[in-house]
Amino acid sequence: MNRKDLVIKGGYVIDPAQEIDGILDIRIRNGRIESLQSGLGTGGAEVIDASGMLVMPGLIDMHAHLREPGGEESETIMSGCEAAAAGGFTAVCAMPNTRPPADDAGRIRYILEQAHGAKARVYPVGAITRGREGKELVEMHDMAHAGAVGFSDDGSGVANARIMLNALRYAAMVGKPVIAHEENADLSKDGHMNESALSAELGLRGIPRLAEDAPIMRDVAIAEYTGTRLHVTHLSTRGAVEIIRAAKARGVNVTCDVTPHHLTLTEKLVATYDTRYKMKPPLRGDDDIEALREGLRDGTIDAIATDHAPHALEIKECEFIDAAFGVTGLETALAVIHRELIIPGILSWRDAVRKLTLEPSIILGIEGGALVVGGIGDVAMYNPESPWTVEPDMMKSKSKNTPFSGWELPGKVAATVVGGVVHTCADR
Amino acid sequence: MAFGLDHLFGLKGVSKEDITTILDTAVSFREVLDRPIRIVPTLKGVAVLNLFFEDSTRTRISFELAERRLSAEVVSFAKSSSSVSKGESLRDTVRNIEAMKIDIIVTRHSSPGTPQFLANHTKCRIINAGDGPHEHPTQALLDMLTMRERFGSLDGLRVLIVGDITHSRVARSDIWGLKTMGAQVDLCGPSTLIPIHMDAFGVDVHYDFDGILPEYDVLYMLRIQKERQTGGLIPSSREYTAMFGLTRERVKRMKPDAVVMHPGPINRGIELDYEVADSPKSLILDQVTNGEAVRMAVLYLLSGRKEE
Ligand SMILES: [Zn+2]
Repeated sequence: MNRKDLVIKGGYVIDPAQEIDGILDIRIRNGRIESLQSGLGTGGAEVIDASGMLVMPGLIDMHAHLREPGGEESETIMSGCEAAAAGGFTAVCAMPNTRPPADDAGRIRYILEQAHGAKARVYPVGAITRGREGKELVEMHDMAHAGAVGFSDDGSGVANARIMLNALRYAAMVGKPVIAHEENADLSKDGHMNESALSAELGLRGIPRLAEDAPIMRDVAIAEYTGTRLHVTHLSTRGAVEIIRAAKARGVNVTCDVTPHHLTLTEKLVATYDTRYKMKPPLRGDDDIEALREGLRDGTIDAIATDHAPHALEIKECEFIDAAFGVTGLETALAVIHRELIIPGILSWRDAVRKLTLEPSIILGIEGGALVVGGIGDVAMYNPESPWTVEPDMMKSKSKNTPFSGWELPGKVAATVVGGVVHTCADR
Repeated sequence: MAFGLDHLFGLKGVSKEDITTILDTAVSFREVLDRPIRIVPTLKGVAVLNLFFEDSTRTRISFELAERRLSAEVVSFAKSSSSVSKGESLRDTVRNIEAMKIDIIVTRHSSPGTPQFLANHTKCRIINAGDGPHEHPTQALLDMLTMRERFGSLDGLRVLIVGDITHSRVARSDIWGLKTMGAQVDLCGPSTLIPIHMDAFGVDVHYDFDGILPEYDVLYMLRIQKERQTGGLIPSSREYTAMFGLTRERVKRMKPDAVVMHPGPINRGIELDYEVADSPKSLILDQVTNGEAVRMAVLYLLSGRKEE
């Protein structure tokens, strides 16, 4: 490929993998990082002036819903990747609960074909079980060969403990992680928000914390028994953090992630029956947020993922009990983390970037997540002093169901680079 | 008189003054109901839509009578009528309502919060006639009117609500309203039919009906649905009746001037014994009559019109 070289000049580089924090230039050639040092020459290269910018490895979202196939009215792989690029994400894991679900190699290949030319790399996650029905394992080996980076029945928990045990063992053999959506459907049945005094008052059936904690406890026990690894996605409760902290302390191979919305919003927002705050797992209480933040700080929680869940207006702006679960998140994640975690000193920039780049790449075993020489040239540039107000209509995602509507955010993503190709995003 | 509400979504947060205004206004409308010609021109020219997405013949008839007696223009949509059948989105329905120049919507829906949704998307005044298990404020107001008639005041009254609290919009509205008016409200029923988190309501929860029933002025018996038995929430209606049913024997142990109330319709033989509902202790028929008066009062006060 005879692409022009790219030099990103004068930015403040944050690369947790190499413990770099400082002003450096980056040269990318043929899609790969050629050098990383100060005072690089720019001869023959396209130059981006990154002065005043934070320059970091392209963000990797371990958990997003791109809705294609079957939900194109809400999002497509193309529009989802537009949203990703606007939010600094150069790689997105596409969860398999599409219609039909991604449960065989052909469907994994289809997603990769549709992603051709998109503004971000798409990593398909395959289902754990056929049809996401929790009964028979998918052909994990075949699907991994086709490009699946992990397996998840996301949207549903795996009810049968024997199936989960088999899934963890088989996935370990194939070398891919199981990404567990932890929900006991008997306990969460007909629930629309966190079970609490507020749900009792609002007359909305609650989803108890127990519906999440109990299956996590079960799956940690299975991972411990089999000696295989487990990744738990979108933690929302104090109990979940404590179970995983204790499991890690005794050496269980478990990792986990949390979403920006569970780190910042509480169930109190549901009091007006605003369906923008309806999601799974549901928004919990102040105590849970505190525990999630503590888990992030002490390393119990490895990664931050968006659970970007776009929904068309028709299935969101309606009666509360009929409204779909889920919120968008790709375009706001970094700036929300900046405002809520970095400015108050809960997380350093280096730790925040680590949880959005290096950790996902390690958990998934995919390239990127670092700015190492020879590595792929995926970069995000963030202007930390470019305040903006979240307006749903300005979003690149096809869906507008952001819970951060109206928020004033301190900074914005200026550009992303995928394999040395620049996508400018600051035009919002 | 000053009335503080634009809509009646529920009784949570409604002031003592506003509740008193509604109850006092209802007393004056009760007089209308005792006249030979039970109709007044108060709401002439006001268009009221009864938007019922869920069957409730009793509440709908009570509202319709109240509206007609106030001379309002009345349009009713029930669940079965094609305009609001399943599939049409609530937003589309709302757009049509806006085009119809409606002033007040009385709505019943199985999803909590639907009255707020309608208020956010229309200019109409909204009266909640029951939204899922959330609230049913006019029922609670008629309950309070009935208790006030009997006891003179709600202040210090001891009320025990018995039965399925989890699924009861009536219980929620009664708790908020009665507590605002100074009554003490406690709950009693199977543990599986009372939410774990009741702290928001400031009530005590009891499971020993026999031990506490002699202490209360009002035993408010809730309807127990057959589905709760098949849904695994209670083992059987026989056991329910044995533990929480208001039997003849239990009635004998009530405070001498204590009363029995029920939002209807009654499952005779389950939550109430056959003859208890018809005994002098029962205020069930007064509740029904007061329902109309209270609904007239709410419609009148929300319409913002002064009586000519
Ligand atoms: Zn999930």
